[in-house]
Amino acid sequence: MNARRIGADLVVFGKGYVRNPLGLFFSILFPLILIGLFGLIFSTSAASKVTLYTDNLDGGSNASAQFLDALNRTGAVTVELETPQDPGNFSTWLAHNDHPAGLVIPAGFGTNFSTNRSTGLVLYTNPQDPASGGAATAAVEAVSNQFNLDAAHGTVLVYPTFQTVGGLSIKYIDYLVPGLIGFSILTNPMFAMVDITASYRKDHLFRQLSLTPLTKGEWLVAKIVWYILLTFLSAATMIVAGTLLFGAQVTLTLGLVPFLILGPFFFVSLGMLAGSAARSPETAAVIGNIVTFPMMFLSGTFFPVSGFSPALQAVAHALPLYYIIDGMNQVMLYNNTASALADFGLIAVGSAVIFIAAIWVFRWRDE
Amino acid sequence: MSEAIRVQGLAKSYGDVRAVDGIDFTVAEGSVFAFLGPNGAGKTTTVEILEGLRRPTAGEVRVLDLDPWTDGTRLHRQIGVIPQDFRFFDKIQPREAIGYYGALFGKHPDVAQLLDRVGLADKAAARFDTLSGGQKQKLGLALALVNDPRICFLDEPTTGLDPQARRGIWDVIRQLKADGRTIFLTTHYLEEAELLADQVAIIHHGRIIAAGTPAQIIADHGRPDRLAIEGDAGLAPFLRKAAGVVPATVDGRIEVPLRDRSEAIRILGVVESSGLAWRRFAMVQDTLEDVFVAMVGRMDDGVLKAEGAA
Repeated sequence: MNARRIGADLVVFGKGYVRNPLGLFFSILFPLILIGLFGLIFSTSAASKVTLYTDNLDGGSNASAQFLDALNRTGAVTVELETPQDPGNFSTWLAHNDHPAGLVIPAGFGTNFSTNRSTGLVLYTNPQDPASGGAATAAVEAVSNQFNLDAAHGTVLVYPTFQTVGGLSIKYIDYLVPGLIGFSILTNPMFAMVDITASYRKDHLFRQLSLTPLTKGEWLVAKIVWYILLTFLSAATMIVAGTLLFGAQVTLTLGLVPFLILGPFFFVSLGMLAGSAARSPETAAVIGNIVTFPMMFLSGTFFPVSGFSPALQAVAHALPLYYIIDGMNQVMLYNNTASALADFGLIAVGSAVIFIAAIWVFRWRDE
Repeated sequence: MSEAIRVQGLAKSYGDVRAVDGIDFTVAEGSVFAFLGPNGAGKTTTVEILEGLRRPTAGEVRVLDLDPWTDGTRLHRQIGVIPQDFRFFDKIQPREAIGYYGALFGKHPDVAQLLDRVGLADKAAARFDTLSGGQKQKLGLALALVNDPRICFLDEPTTGLDPQARRGIWDVIRQLKADGRTIFLTTHYLEEAELLADQVAIIHHGRIIAAGTPAQIIADHGRPDRLAIEGDAGLAPFLRKAAGVVPATVDGRIEVPLRDRSEAIRILGVVESSGLAWRRFAMVQDTLEDVFVAMVGRMDDGVLKAEGAA
């Protein structure tokens, strides 16, 4: 390995890369767009309270006012009083206005409560938005139970308290930041290297380079170094965007660095290996997609793997990107160095194997 | 003069197809050697074996006394190569490309002088994908010279270029020869070979069918000199009867084969005495292209057998 030749190839490749707007779009802007989209979609729905549109037909009673006040204090819902023009069709009104949850407090609620007679509340939820429906249902049930207990002068004997896993308050956006860094680690080098390997061969560029002292190992190392630099830039961009735009809370630690180095190392080598197997750039694109897409969705990029079915979890555990994302989750979210080290070890061994295989399989020249 | 390249019994097969079928030739150091042949004759396979890009099936190849396949790394420091249809990184500038090659070879080329030498100085900062075909080939030529090579392999360097660009490449080749470098040129432009080459070998169906200097090949395989006369069609039968020659009509002209040049004077006297009209006359000699077309055609008809290198 000659550092001068690696440096020269790195500079030429880097200049070519930054002069191609498409490369910069996919390495920097595309992950930003993804973090923006997913952040907007999931952070708002998960973090905000559900608006509970309420038609209070017992508006004058003290009990109904207390009930609605108790609902607001659950923190899960915000009561929004509504008086529909057609009170008999509250459900249709909710649907027409895309409201996921609604509550009708019938007339006589206060009188019935004070005279210990039961009253039916009507709660509407939208099956297409189970998260909002679930929150509204839980809030209404909790307040109803409390009212029933108070009416019966009962005592709370069993009650739960709620804690988050790991003792941390982890939001979806917190998972999304390391997930999308992983996405970037996978897609940037894989798609580029598969294409480069196949198209350079088609254009005889490898043969051209084989006539110089540059070795294929040096050529590959230059690409690895470039994609490591790009990964650092991409990761920094996503961490800043996730933190500033969506309030992501991730720990910035040196433990992240090995994954930002080993990830590109692994996928640059894998991309070259996959590209070597293809006979044309078209076939290379197909091979690249076959290798990349399962990893893109099943490695915990967009959603935690723990939410998958056991079968899918087994598949995820066979994918190298899973260990990179899991390792980053361990250091950025859980501060769990031991687990991160296990992930690091697996990826380090895998990277070495894939690097050697890529060099061995890849041919500068024809027999 | 020592040998820069020596090839003995070289063969290369792809499955059942014998692309190169036992060829022999040598190239003297400091000379221009043109390797000619129709498409698919085995030119590129041969040159790629000489460059160490392909492994030969049989035979011995020595380039600068090195085996190109096993000593490729050492050989590549001493040769420069322009492949057919030279391609490079799309976004690179010619000056960057030369700097890049300089770094790879551990050389410090004078970028401006090299670009000027190949006539690309005004495109030093243009991106490769904006260059014309001729300009790309010129950059290929400049890159082939970065390591100050002893042998330059130029594989069809002027194919597809306009006449002006082609002449520009020819000038560079002449300069390289003047520097004392060996040039191995493959081309299917016979005029190019005749103008530039000291030695020529013609390959067809993987075998060398003629070799030597262009003049030798024409003398050995071409037709005799001819006197061409443009004039009345009745001149042909008149000459047959009055001069005892066997004229042929070619492209509307009457061509009379000559035993020697002095015979032309006698025949012109007969023409003048005929009283038939004539407009102009000329001495006609076969070119390398005429010989090439005739030999390749005869070989395809099964008349001619490969004869090996001279």
